[in-house]
Amino acid sequence: MSVKALYQYSAEPRDLQANFNGMQLVYLYWPNHLLFCSPFAFLASPEMSMGEFCEQVVRPAIAAHPQAAGLDFGQAQWQLNNQPFSPDPALSLAQNGVAHKALLTLRVPGLDGIAGGAI
Amino acid sequence: MATKNKKLSLKDKYQYLTRDMAWEPSYQKKEDIFPYERFEGIKITDWDKWEDPFRLTMDAYWKYQAEKEKKLYAIFDAFAQNNGHQNISDARYVNALKLFLTGVSPLEYGAFQGYAKVGRHFSGAGARVACQMQSIDELRHVQTQLHAMSHYNKHFNGLHDFAHMHDRVWFLSVPKSFFDDARSAGPFEFLTAISFSFEYVLTNLLFVPFMSGAAYNGDMATVTFGFSAQSDEARHMTLGLEVIKFMLEQHEDNVPIVQHWIDKWFWRGYRLLSLVSMMMDYMLPNKVMSWKDAWEVYYEQNGGALFKDLERYGIRPPKYQDVANDGKNHISHQLWSTFYQYSHATNFHTWLPSAAEMDWLSEQYPDTFDKYYRPRFEHWQKMQDKGERFYNNTLPQLCQVCQVPTLFTEHGDPTQLSLRTLEHEGERYHFCSDGCCDIFKYEPEKYIQSWLPVHQIYQGNCEGADVETVVSKYYHINIGQDNFDYVGSPDHQRWQAIKGNRPLGGDDDSRDAA
Amino acid sequence: MSQLAFIVFQDNDNARYLVEAIAEDNPHAEVQHHPAMIRIQAEKRLVINRATVEEKIGREWDVQEMLLDVISIGGNVDEDEDHFILEWKN
Repeated sequence: MSVKALYQYSAEPRDLQANFNGMQLVYLYWPNHLLFCSPFAFLASPEMSMGEFCEQVVRPAIAAHPQAAGLDFGQAQWQLNNQPFSPDPALSLAQNGVAHKALLTLRVPGLDGIAGGAI
Repeated sequence: MATKNKKLSLKDKYQYLTRDMAWEPSYQKKEDIFPYERFEGIKITDWDKWEDPFRLTMDAYWKYQAEKEKKLYAIFDAFAQNNGHQNISDARYVNALKLFLTGVSPLEYGAFQGYAKVGRHFSGAGARVACQMQSIDELRHVQTQLHAMSHYNKHFNGLHDFAHMHDRVWFLSVPKSFFDDARSAGPFEFLTAISFSFEYVLTNLLFVPFMSGAAYNGDMATVTFGFSAQSDEARHMTLGLEVIKFMLEQHEDNVPIVQHWIDKWFWRGYRLLSLVSMMMDYMLPNKVMSWKDAWEVYYEQNGGALFKDLERYGIRPPKYQDVANDGKNHISHQLWSTFYQYSHATNFHTWLPSAAEMDWLSEQYPDTFDKYYRPRFEHWQKMQDKGERFYNNTLPQLCQVCQVPTLFTEHGDPTQLSLRTLEHEGERYHFCSDGCCDIFKYEPEKYIQSWLPVHQIYQGNCEGADVETVVSKYYHINIGQDNFDYVGSPDHQRWQAIKGNRPLGGDDDSRDAA
Repeated sequence: MSQLAFIVFQDNDNARYLVEAIAEDNPHAEVQHHPAMIRIQAEKRLVINRATVEEKIGREWDVQEMLLDVISIGGNVDEDEDHFILEWKN
């Protein structure tokens, strides 16, 4: 469907990657850890390696959670936009196919939240 | 019994106002005068079938509105002269007013503009009169709300720049975008959105139990403006129901269009009202009714009666009503958890519910509170007791349509977030629900333009790259005054002084003292 | 399914007479008192009769005066000089 209007209606997306000054958006969801109310929205360089992204962006973001301390990203089972995903930590986000506005889902065996996922 | 009317009957007076004072154009085409009346696809064959059961004429309108204003302002004066703010239940309550002033009052202004516009654009004089009266009502609402709040602004923080904040602050994009969505639609969709879905189906939840709660918390000024505004609402609600019936009776082709709008605006309104759910359950120190009970009375029961009545036109209850009904057990807790963790970026304070309040929540929400939400609050309490009050120092993902952080959980699985995503013309978009995702799919060109506060910060459009700069410079929130936890805030200290308690030293027991 | 017509008034001096009149004319109605407001609900139909209100309030009363004290309604509205009716028709 499309907008009903009195004229030919067209519009440009407001959040094109070009508007982020060389950076991109990456969302990250850590299921069963509802201490954090929603997935995180991060700004990252497409050239940043997946390993750097995990250690420099994700780790400080989740630090307040008791299960964050010993988290080993090497054990992580990832999803990219809800599909199974095996990123190479040495390659960049772009090379791994983590495009602008991609949603990453992080699951680490044994770290299933506290109190049944309430925290 | 003789009828008492010696002059014109109500029906006659109304007929003169809405029919006989209108005219047929002679030197301009009707389509040129009313250019917005057809493009939405709504077919009107006979505007004379328009009925306004209140049949209010201008003389009666001014008479009754003047009387309402006189009563209202007498109470405002009394409230201010007697330092009414000192008689509220607790200063935490004022935070609900801060949210109201920045989130709701500007919508009243938006409604004033919206009804003025559609009141110009219908060719039926009856509809024009009803919209114009409502437009004036809405202007009255925003003015009386500002006057009521101006007293609180003298004594509490966070109320100083509501219009600026409404345009910029992250969570206020939720109400703002809701109204902008409605106002940028055609006139018939606007009326379905605001008059029917919002006024008739949903606003009772804000203006009836919440205002009763204001009274129960000693806020004479707010309950009075709330109920004074709501006294206009009986007319507005009636307009909402009549406009739906009118469209449905005019042409059968209107039925699917109206049904789609009802689906869309029920869901938009439901998401918007999630803000009210936490006001009811968490921000009223003296509780009057849980959000769940209010939802059952004012949506399930009343909405049920309404949609049964509309069955005869081929209208069914809104899509995803079942998801919304399930949400009554969850959304207030989820919203409060969100605002608690982002309280450094709000113009109002948050706090953890006290032990007694948590017991009340357990009682009201026996199936969900202890299982899913109490452990989170107790965890935060432990952190707070250690001096590590939890703030989430990241930015949240927002829904492309409702603009609420994607914080809602799946229908039937309250430990998993409800996340939806799709690609449209090479761009990826994210949603909080099937309801919002469907709205996007129907008019993607509209929502690809959403001004999402988180993305705007990251694009560098908000005067700073870090939260502190954005909050202070771009939002005009005074750091350390307006934001952070209630405990220990200047508002809290002022309240302690008003009540003659010792000044706050940051002791752990201070929360219970409040 | 139950279909309740309802009306909610501010809990003030005017409304007390209105509520009295409504209760008398609608024996099936239930009156609920909440902080600052009074809610009256009844299956399918509620009526306010001018004559009954005038009797209670002891003066002439215009049906539209209810607009001063009403907070909310549920049901289709039918109003004329002598009554105000809220009704679900289906």
